[in-house]
Amino acid sequence: MVGPEPRESQFHMVEMDTVLEQRPTRAVVAGLVTPAPIARAGGSAIELRGLTKRYGEETVVDTIAASIAPGEFFSLLGPSGSGKTTTLMMVAGFVHPDGGTVLVDGRDIAAVPPQKRGFGMVFQNYAIFPHLNVFENIAFPLRARHWAKDMIEARVSWALELVQLTRFADRDARQLSGGQQQRVALARAIVFHPPLVLMDEPLGALDKNLRFEMQVEIKEIQQRLGMTVLYVTHDQEEAMSMSDRIAIMNRGRIYQVGPPGEVYERPANPFVARFLGEANLIEGTVMAKGGEVARLQLPSGQELRALHTNSCVAGRGMLFIRPERVEIVPGTAASGDPGVNALAGNVRRCSFLGNILRYAVDLEGAAPITVDLQNAAGVGPLPTGAPVVLRWPVSNSLILPAEA
Amino acid sequence: MAITVATPGAVFEATSSAPRDRTFLLMLPSLAMLIFLFLVPLALFFVRTFTEFDGSTAEFVEQARDLLLSQAYLTALGTTNWISLIVTVTVLLISYPIAYYLTTAAGIGVHVVVLSIVLPYFTSIIVRTFSWMVLLGEHGLVNDLLLAAGLINAPLSLTYNRLGVLIGMSYVLLPYMVLTLYAAMRSIDPSLLRASAGLGASGFYTFRRVYFPLSLPGVLSGALIVYILSIGFFITPALMGGQHDIMIAMLIDRALEVAVDWPSAALMSATLLLVTLALYAVYYRITDIRRLIGAR
Repeated sequence: MVGPEPRESQFHMVEMDTVLEQRPTRAVVAGLVTPAPIARAGGSAIELRGLTKRYGEETVVDTIAASIAPGEFFSLLGPSGSGKTTTLMMVAGFVHPDGGTVLVDGRDIAAVPPQKRGFGMVFQNYAIFPHLNVFENIAFPLRARHWAKDMIEARVSWALELVQLTRFADRDARQLSGGQQQRVALARAIVFHPPLVLMDEPLGALDKNLRFEMQVEIKEIQQRLGMTVLYVTHDQEEAMSMSDRIAIMNRGRIYQVGPPGEVYERPANPFVARFLGEANLIEGTVMAKGGEVARLQLPSGQELRALHTNSCVAGRGMLFIRPERVEIVPGTAASGDPGVNALAGNVRRCSFLGNILRYAVDLEGAAPITVDLQNAAGVGPLPTGAPVVLRWPVSNSLILPAEA
Repeated sequence: MAITVATPGAVFEATSSAPRDRTFLLMLPSLAMLIFLFLVPLALFFVRTFTEFDGSTAEFVEQARDLLLSQAYLTALGTTNWISLIVTVTVLLISYPIAYYLTTAAGIGVHVVVLSIVLPYFTSIIVRTFSWMVLLGEHGLVNDLLLAAGLINAPLSLTYNRLGVLIGMSYVLLPYMVLTLYAAMRSIDPSLLRASAGLGASGFYTFRRVYFPLSLPGVLSGALIVYILSIGFFITPALMGGQHDIMIAMLIDRALEVAVDWPSAALMSATLLLVTLALYAVYYRITDIRRLIGAR
């Protein structure tokens, strides 16, 4: 095994070289090659119905249900051990479910072996065939389907161009950098225009900058081809930047499904709130639920107001507010505005994170609150211990059920 | 691959004074043994051939040519290579599924197979050869069973002929092939097979296009090892073969024991050694030996 360090060090140089030299080649090739065989492939509708997998006593995937629309980019997001990869492997056919089914365009594929399912797959470690060159790696699914020689050539050229590897067709697969191997894996997965592409943490081994570049590229290709993608990742930023919808998984269950904005802004429970980024969760007692807004009483006796979800009932609860939605004002004056929550506290610490200043503010009788401030011109850090008032609009906060 | 995390001090040391590697000292005892117990006697053996020969160089060359072009030698050379080839192919065909089973299976079955391959390895080759003679003889176990089952009417001649040599040698050489193939197959990334299936390849196509090509280095290494060992085989063909199964090693033995003709024996040994070294050179080129014994 090659450790990540040496790979990383070669990376930037190779990638820069690719970027600089690849673009003109791509344009030239685009002019020379006859029109791409099929520009749009279209995707399938996928339905997971009560998928369940047990290993011994442990239920790794617990009655998962989800409907994925044709052409949708759908992510399974969760920590390691949440069952997301097992779910993907059941869709791929490598893991046999103990319960439930997978429907593709309404057809149950339980009895179909992996090689007959016709999905494209990108594996975490790329799984590039080391004895084949780039062209043959990408041609592999076509040769396995016994395509005619000229058809294979046309389609592989198309795929090479799509992932900007035309120049590397004859290259030994083992000589490629991590990013290039990733592109080969991607091209190989889509070259036969599968109705569904399964990706298992495909960017996990890449460094941060390259990751972002590949996210954009994969998303662009997916939209251009209109393919359905089922994407597994543990990186919430990656899931949010690429997905049409995200299913947040934990302990073998889907905790919430929705578009990135929705799951970020309106998490269904504290786990989702924390997993998708920094979250303040202020514990208290849920008082009256009047209309859209509910009241939460803190142990100190102060009351906060926030939107509430249907699942939240009177009793213990948590007020959820993102750090970037909180305003920090020096002084002690409370607000009289009913549409704004206000809490007094003292600055505990201010961390400089480059684009933001992250404050930790001590409150009376509650856990400290995190506040993110844009590092804009004229914003200086407040001194430790300074009295401040935290303010945020009621409509930006949400009352969640307390954790079980 | 080792990535050493060096402390600043260690880095300084490494750059300021050239690191002196003394680990080679550990090899001295075995190196001495190799030189004094193998290389020196071998050299002396060949040197004596020349010094004890009374005659001119031209005469020596002529006699050498006569020997190496003699009917007996050429026949033995042909027989040796032919038997080695058949043994290699046979062993490969038997070993490939066994090695594959070992890489994929788990549990008690693996231990049973490994034991039954490795245990005989620790037994003397003569004992094993005699065991086969007992099994394959005219009134041996195999013939008795076949007769009792009514599958044959008269005992088959399974030994003291070419078939006996092939059975005996294949059995003795099987572990070398199985273990070599096993090492090669173990290094095949199973996710490649999954990728192949996931991309639409049938089981047979996956084997043909992915698994077999990736196991090929092991196949070549194993075949070369078995072939190299085969061409020097003596005991098994001597005990289990018939009169038409004379291999070169037996010819050398005869020259020494019966004819007491050291120059001929040395000459034939030298040619055998040359062929072996040539094959080993090929083997060395295609195989990373350190990887075969499990180093990474």
